[in-house]
Amino acid sequence: MASIRVVHYLNQFFGQIGGEEKADITPFSKDGPVGPGTALEKALDDDMSIIGTVICGDTYFNENIDTATEEVVALIASFKPDLLIAGPAFNAGRYGFACGAVCAAVQERLNIPVLTGMYEENPGADMYKKEIYIVKTGNSAAQMRTAIPAMGRLAIRLAKGEVVGSPAEEGYLARGIRKNVFHEQRGSARAVEMLLKKIKGESFDTEYPMPIFDRVTPRPAIKNLSQAKIALVTSGGIVPKGNPDRIESSSASKFGRYDISGINNLTAETFETAHGGYDPVYANQDADRVLPVDVMRKLEQEGIIGQLHNIYYATVGNGTSVANAKKYAHAIGEELKQAQVDGIILTST
Amino acid sequence: MVKELEEVVDVPVVHVCTVVPISLTVGANRIDPAVAIPYPLGNPQLNQDEEFALRRSIVEKALKALSTDVGEQTVF
Repeated sequence: MASIRVVHYLNQFFGQIGGEEKADITPFSKDGPVGPGTALEKALDDDMSIIGTVICGDTYFNENIDTATEEVVALIASFKPDLLIAGPAFNAGRYGFACGAVCAAVQERLNIPVLTGMYEENPGADMYKKEIYIVKTGNSAAQMRTAIPAMGRLAIRLAKGEVVGSPAEEGYLARGIRKNVFHEQRGSARAVEMLLKKIKGESFDTEYPMPIFDRVTPRPAIKNLSQAKIALVTSGGIVPKGNPDRIESSSASKFGRYDISGINNLTAETFETAHGGYDPVYANQDADRVLPVDVMRKLEQEGIIGQLHNIYYATVGNGTSVANAKKYAHAIGEELKQAQVDGIILTST
Repeated sequence: MVKELEEVVDVPVVHVCTVVPISLTVGANRIDPAVAIPYPLGNPQLNQDEEFALRRSIVEKALKALSTDVGEQTVF
């Protein structure tokens, strides 16, 4: 008879309910492990078992953060768990955010250890890594095989109250916690060693990494909107029907630029979405729901804005690495600078 | 994307998105909350006129964001 009760949180996909068309499903629970839970349970000690799984659609969670958190926490609490494991979410943004939010809420309210797993660039990782343990995983479910043992190891430590080692030793994302330890070598000697390595051009591990503040200064406001040229950019994958540039539905390798001169309205016959990370039905019916060309043209006619820039840019923001997003935005930005636009509306799904 | 565009083009950028906490984490300076992930600027439950009016209100808020000076991240 297992003594340590573990609950597992999953989204609709890993919970084996369905894909994006099921992403608005409300939370519910099942007894025992589901999907990756089976392998996860094997990675735990024999006296630990997954007694229940709580499943919630990613879209439902992200559109109803407060209520969804309440509902999920209540379902988890009903199992009277000793430990919560969420995910892993890899690089799925909405799933990562849900895993982080659920873990943080359970840790605070049920006062039990929690952990999840994510790719470092998952926006959920940045948001929650200081509050909870997030095991570093690869960026896609193809890396499930390495993620599960790593999460299992840390889960055992947390459940049994064992000492948790440093982020590098245990494979979780640094939480910014400093611990006092006795080192066999004094600080000055270690500093000189590091300095010598640096001078020789060798690699070394700093003991105090500087935080990265990646912020940009807000640019001054547009003074006269009625004279301004406004550009539309989207990560929601809106493309001319047939997706002429074949922008991929996830991990897009490119962006597209599309001429909308003389187009006053995006219709089901002319535009669609290439995005594979949300239910495409609504955008395919009317792409203005993601890229508001109809409204912008109306505002242009009424003289509220000077003009809508006749080229719009689109990519698919789904599992896209930060480096690629930055690269595409840089290239798009160079073109928009040339075009002398005065402001940009970026829409995301 | 939102930060790189603001940096490169050197003009204000507004991020219209549904999951505001993600946009805040990413570092957007001007944020305009949207309706839902699969239809940020629409609502299939409404009739055509109502939906257009809803979309217009979100775009007008985006334009207000672009014409408002901000000193820090601001959700409009």
